Amino acid sequence: MKMLINVPETVVTDALRGMAAAHPELVVDAENRVIVRRDAPVADKVALVSGGGSGHEPLHGGFVGPGMLDAACPGEVFTSPVPDQMVRAAAAVDSGNGVLFVVKNYTGDVLNFQMAAELAEDEGLQVASVLVNDDVAVTDSTFTAGRRGTGATLFVEKIAGAAAEEGMPLERVEALARQVVESSRSFGVALSACTTPAKGSPTFDLPAGELELGVGIHGEPGRERRAMMTSHEIADFAVDAILADLQPRLPVLVLVNGMGATPLLELYGFAAEVRRVLDEREVAVARTLVGNYVTSLDMAGCSVTLCQVDGELLRLWEAPVETPALRWGR
Amino acid sequence: MSDSELDAAFFVRWMVAAAAAVEREADRLTELDSAIGDADHGNNMQRGFAAVVKALEADAPTAPGAVLTSAGRQLISTVGGASGPLYGTLLRRSGKTLGDAAQVTRQELRAGLRAGVDAVMQLGGAAPGDKTMLDALVPAVAALETSFEAAAAAAEEGALATVPMRARKGRASYLGERSIGHQDPGATSSALLFATLAEVAA
Repeated sequence: MKMLINVPETVVTDALRGMAAAHPELVVDAENRVIVRRDAPVADKVALVSGGGSGHEPLHGGFVGPGMLDAACPGEVFTSPVPDQMVRAAAAVDSGNGVLFVVKNYTGDVLNFQMAAELAEDEGLQVASVLVNDDVAVTDSTFTAGRRGTGATLFVEKIAGAAAEEGMPLERVEALARQVVESSRSFGVALSACTTPAKGSPTFDLPAGELELGVGIHGEPGRERRAMMTSHEIADFAVDAILADLQPRLPVLVLVNGMGATPLLELYGFAAEVRRVLDEREVAVARTLVGNYVTSLDMAGCSVTLCQVDGELLRLWEAPVETPALRWGR
Repeated sequence: MSDSELDAAFFVRWMVAAAAAVEREADRLTELDSAIGDADHGNNMQRGFAAVVKALEADAPTAPGAVLTSAGRQLISTVGGASGPLYGTLLRRSGKTLGDAAQVTRQELRAGLRAGVDAVMQLGGAAPGDKTMLDALVPAVAALETSFEAAAAAAEEGALATVPMRARKGRASYLGERSIGHQDPGATSSALLFATLAEVAA
């Protein structure tokens, strides 16, 4: 397996050194693995902290900046960060107005952020947490660890980030973040498995001519395997899986997200099919975002996330943002 | 070994042996994890136990309880994922239960580990039968009543018994039925922990 790396052990640190070189507007502590916006702590502002395994870039470090996250802590590849990182990040960005942890629903992330919240509170910080769990592929959640957190994380971080930037108090920022979670659903598809640097070979075996439906973002296999489908058929399947669970009464934000190895040419083509299905199902679309945002290393494939938005959520989505991976309006 | 001889040095030897076993078996743990998880259990445990050994070398505790709490703290700070908090809590809670006695008996160690396993159940919300580390830990702690060898055998048997189970907790749970037929990597690493305990007690 050919990769543009030195050795697997330093992949995350090396990437952070590169982020530091490319983004002087961020403070990147490569050793302790914390990325902080340079002007933090911002006075009178609720701070947003997120984090999770590496390998999902630009999530989360790429979303640090005005209008989105105050800090991010990247873990090892596909492994959640440790509580020390989260506490360090929270302490660095807290202005005295409290910290909101944005946590994806994976056992490791949940446990480590839970421990971090306790430790941060011992240090006198006010901490709230919101759990992102948007993946409809996990159906019988009473027999699992619950729905995974995937693409909706971007919507939560953007909208709650805008609310915090406007100076809303912690309870309100937290409530809006929860509203976004409750209004969002995702479905993912893999055309190939990804390869982690440590393992050096694909994490699961996906024969040519087949695809996995209902994948998460950690190179784990999906719920079902089928013969390869067209973009048209995949869009029908993914959007219908979401609409079986979420019947939007309001317009939706649409995220057509690449898993890392699918070119934009294909993603835009797929976005056209997603739009077609939504039009056929009479779901109004407020805004559409297409690109690689919540990736899974070099996995080929995509995910769709829908978030139904009222006037306030849409206004916060439109608000200015200035981060390495998402920027508009400033 | 008689029952009253478990001192801090014994617990340090256990942790060093566990680190060596994790190192030796890292590829196998990762291979098991790639079938139903995300292919990193071996590397994560390796990184954590290397830090445990380093910390114990730098500051050698004089009580069994302190050895386990130190090890648990290192695992929480270095492993990440679910394994860090779960293994960290297992050892930390066990260590705290042992207190600062200079020596403990096998029965006292069993009571300490029992408290640790309870804390793991509470933190992770899992129970035996969910295809997790508990499927090795729970029978192992029960069998420690009899002997170290019995505990190691029960842990190994418990790990093997996860093969036909359907995962209900952790990342493997997302596979549903497809998790059946694969041995749980967490139960496998737990069996290693008890195998090395029997090894250093022999």
